[in-house]
Amino acid sequence: MLLIRCPYCDETLPELEFAYAGEAHIARALDPSSVTDEDWRDFLFIRSNAKGPHYERWRHVHGCGRFFNAVRDTVTDRFLTTYKAGEAKPDLETLTGDAR
Amino acid sequence: MSKFRVAGRGRVRHDAPVSFTFDGRTIEGRQGDTVASALLANGTHLMGRSFKYHRPRGPVAAGSEEPNALIGTRRGKGQYEPNTRATMQEIWPGLTTTSQNKYPHLKFDLGAVNDRAYMLFSAGFYYKTFMWPASFWDKVYEPFIRAAAGLGVSPTEEDVDTYASRYLHTDVLVVGAGPAGLEAARAAASTGLRVTLVDEHAEMGGALLSEPHVQIDRLPAWDWLAEQIAELQDMGVKLMTRTTAIGYYHQNMVGLCQKLTDHLETQPHDTPRERLWRVRAGQVILAQGALEKPLVFDGNDRPGVMLAGAAQTYLNRFGVRVGDEIAVVTSHDSAYHAAFDLADCGSRIAVIVDTRALVDDALVAECARRGIPLKRSHTVTGTAGRLRVKSVTVNAVEGGHVGKGRAYKCDALLMCGGWTPSLHLFSHTKGSLKWDADAQTFLPDRMTEACQIAGAGRGLWGISAALQDGATMGAEAARALGRDAAARALHAAHDRPGTGASHTELPTDQPASRAKAFVDFQNDVTAKDLRLAVKEGMRSIEHVKRYTTNGMATDQGKMSNINGLNIAADALGKPAPQVGLTTFRPPYTPTSFGAFAGYHRGDHFELTRRTPIDGWAEDNGAVFEPVSLWRRARYFPRPGEDMDAAVSRECRATRASLGIFDASTLGKIEVVGPDAAAFMNRMYTNPWDKLAPGRARYGLLLGDDGYIRDDGVIGRLADDRFHVTTTTGGAARVLNMMEDYLQTEWSDLKVWLTSTTENWAVIALNGPNARKLIAPFVDGLDLGDDALPHMSVTECTFMGHPCRLFRISFTGELGFEINVPARHGRAVWDKLIEAAAEYDITPYGTETMHVLRAEKGFIIVGQDTDGTVTPDDAGLGWALGRKKADFVGKRALMRPDLVLANRKQLVGLLTDDGETKLEEGAQIVLDPDQPKPMVIVGHVTSSYNSDAAGRPIALALIEGGQGKMGETVHIPMPDRTIAAKITSPQFYDPNNDRLKL
Ligand SMILES: [Zn+2]
Repeated sequence: MLLIRCPYCDETLPELEFAYAGEAHIARALDPSSVTDEDWRDFLFIRSNAKGPHYERWRHVHGCGRFFNAVRDTVTDRFLTTYKAGEAKPDLETLTGDAR
Repeated sequence: MSKFRVAGRGRVRHDAPVSFTFDGRTIEGRQGDTVASALLANGTHLMGRSFKYHRPRGPVAAGSEEPNALIGTRRGKGQYEPNTRATMQEIWPGLTTTSQNKYPHLKFDLGAVNDRAYMLFSAGFYYKTFMWPASFWDKVYEPFIRAAAGLGVSPTEEDVDTYASRYLHTDVLVVGAGPAGLEAARAAASTGLRVTLVDEHAEMGGALLSEPHVQIDRLPAWDWLAEQIAELQDMGVKLMTRTTAIGYYHQNMVGLCQKLTDHLETQPHDTPRERLWRVRAGQVILAQGALEKPLVFDGNDRPGVMLAGAAQTYLNRFGVRVGDEIAVVTSHDSAYHAAFDLADCGSRIAVIVDTRALVDDALVAECARRGIPLKRSHTVTGTAGRLRVKSVTVNAVEGGHVGKGRAYKCDALLMCGGWTPSLHLFSHTKGSLKWDADAQTFLPDRMTEACQIAGAGRGLWGISAALQDGATMGAEAARALGRDAAARALHAAHDRPGTGASHTELPTDQPASRAKAFVDFQNDVTAKDLRLAVKEGMRSIEHVKRYTTNGMATDQGKMSNINGLNIAADALGKPAPQVGLTTFRPPYTPTSFGAFAGYHRGDHFELTRRTPIDGWAEDNGAVFEPVSLWRRARYFPRPGEDMDAAVSRECRATRASLGIFDASTLGKIEVVGPDAAAFMNRMYTNPWDKLAPGRARYGLLLGDDGYIRDDGVIGRLADDRFHVTTTTGGAARVLNMMEDYLQTEWSDLKVWLTSTTENWAVIALNGPNARKLIAPFVDGLDLGDDALPHMSVTECTFMGHPCRLFRISFTGELGFEINVPARHGRAVWDKLIEAAAEYDITPYGTETMHVLRAEKGFIIVGQDTDGTVTPDDAGLGWALGRKKADFVGKRALMRPDLVLANRKQLVGLLTDDGETKLEEGAQIVLDPDQPKPMVIVGHVTSSYNSDAAGRPIALALIEGGQGKMGETVHIPMPDRTIAAKITSPQFYDPNNDRLKL
């Protein structure tokens, strides 16, 4: 069972308290009507399916209830970092590889 | 006393006899025996039949890796367990055990015909044999396989034992309490860390229990061991025996299964049978030692053929000689010591066969001194004996040529093909292995967890090395946790480490096609099977494994993996490291379902949500059904009524006068804030700006893919406050979706969302008398059509309680939904029932609710929709706020696929005969005479007998259905094809006159 740090609670807690919420940094267009069919399709369905570091969303559903972002290595299942929704993508080079 | 029991030897209590039964026979063992050691002490090697060939088998090992000696154990009703390792089950007075896979008797087995039909059952036989002819499947293959298949027999009674679960946080977890583990625990604990030491056996000590001659720090091994355990206890180390580390998971979580009562004559009432521990450790030290490898030769599975190290354990730990006349075949030094120890206790050593030309001088001299015939550069080419080995054939090997065989009489044959580090848990972490060419085995390489491996697990043989490495790794773990630690040095005398060589099959003069040289004993996989798999094109070791089932039995190939790899690599003409190992997965040993389930069984399996009115429903004979976690009253049968009769009566009474329904399970979300209307506009398809406070509206929720997600009536209580209802099952999902958009897309909106599902009890009253019933209870509130029209909500006082009173209808009748604080729900319900006697008030359940709504063509999300239905598909286009710039799902509704004309659309269906009720889920075709497979154009989503329509009605999703009104479609069923007409989904009161009463 993974240990995950909630950036809002600033605590590292068991996976049981969290729910996965899909890939991160896929913003919904402010004016969807101006988006092409292809771009809307990509927004809905196309995901990076990364092997390695993956930007993804989690929700501390059985805690503070907040959605936040994480970088998790899909090969090792290790969290590289977690950060608040709305913050910029962290630079992978600077991550230590241990989000505990 | 049996002649095989060695007085004064071992750790069993020779003065404490214990009787148990095996296949109905009473066996006397000693306190401290396992079932296997007690049977061996009575001269019994035959303990079971093998899985596929039903070959007679005896124990080959002495620990949890045992593949053969699997037994059923029984304590009482509901306490039968199959496939227990006889080598691990401790005996107690009255224990009942049975052998397995016998058909009908252990000594005479019909299934053993498989053994004679050996040629038919070779690698891949599951894939090949049963392909042809097809008619053979039902009549020949299947009955035969069913009679013969299965490892042991499943329990048929409910498990009456209890199981517990615990969490444990520890600084250092040491797995394995042999010399390495003991020293590792001590080194870590001496720095003040919290240390936990676990071992799967009844006693701590590991290899020390089998090697009492060793002296550590000038103390005999067992005296030193007792001292260590006492000291560890004093240091506060948590010591757990009979505790198997079954899995090693992320971030140093290790699962432990602790067996608490299987060894006890009487189960204490307050003690669970097993306890599953989830341990989170700062550092894990794996000190699991090594497992001995069998040698692969024809007849290596006969009862009496066992690992040399196992024989040594039976002798030194249990005081049991495994035979009188013992032959040994080995490629490793360690087997000599088993032979010498047995010779010391009165067994005769018939011969030691060593495959190697060069053997340590000291061992050769000791053989000579004892007069033991030693055959170097020799091989074993076969064994004889039906239920027990009687002789072994030994041949010289010279320059690759196998000479003529000579038979040696024996009643036990000990084998040793070297040792394999036990790295199963390490493999669970995806730690990588590297091939060690000298030792011909894999050793741990790259770690992925905060983990140390000590002793034989990383290829360090012997007690001295294990002690030293344990201390070193214990100190290493302590340092990793920030402690200042040093390893102590211990001296062990009379250590017998030794070296050896590795083999594929032993050389033989026999035709390879006839050889039954077993690699995987539990799954009956032979060397020939592995070579055949390669010959038939399997290249990857994972394919070879699946094709032959090598290593796929419950022992996960603990003894067979390396032999299997070596043989497959040889057949492929590749070095072993290039072929690679298959993956080990948790659990390390078979673990009971009870341990995993823990407390989650019976009523505790899943929580049951009950409404405040649930008790009334139970008292009044409701039949319940689960709806997500809720239990809901489905219908209220009167004596003699089945569901159809009850539902028909409930429907009729509601439309005629008055029905009462517990709608408390409806999801409720309070949407509050200055931007509440803006939020609702973006979230739901409908326009909300113009909905005045006091009015309600049917709200439709889509995903951004344009498909219907949920629906419900939404009341506006004030400019900044909405009372949102959701489907019963959708409440949590909808709130999660709302939070998601609010937090991550529209964080500018000032809105707060609160789940109020359980705050309100909801009583729905439907029928022409609904208004009359509630009028006396609303404190003079005007309930007239002008003051409280259809689709409105008001906050009022109801029977003195604060109330949100909705005038809405999910039935097509005049309807009210009374929301009162949950704690008053039952009282209000009781009083309404009492007050409504004159209106023939009829309580109804979810089934009637479904029928009433279907008669009106109202959808149930999840029944009439399936996640691919758009509002237009469902005939709900009117609920779209098309003028709004945006709402969730709006953009997707313009995607080409979502505006196709031939999409599946919701329609009504009436069967032509007016009597047949269609089956929900039944497939629909246009032409019933077309060839199969037919073109399916849709399916039935809802189907009921309708009292109001006087006939069965159905809803269906049909391609282009809304343009096919009046057309006939066909529903093919197994026995006939049913014709039905496409209609509007409104079957009753299409002009909604009854709402205006
Ligand atoms: Zn949190």
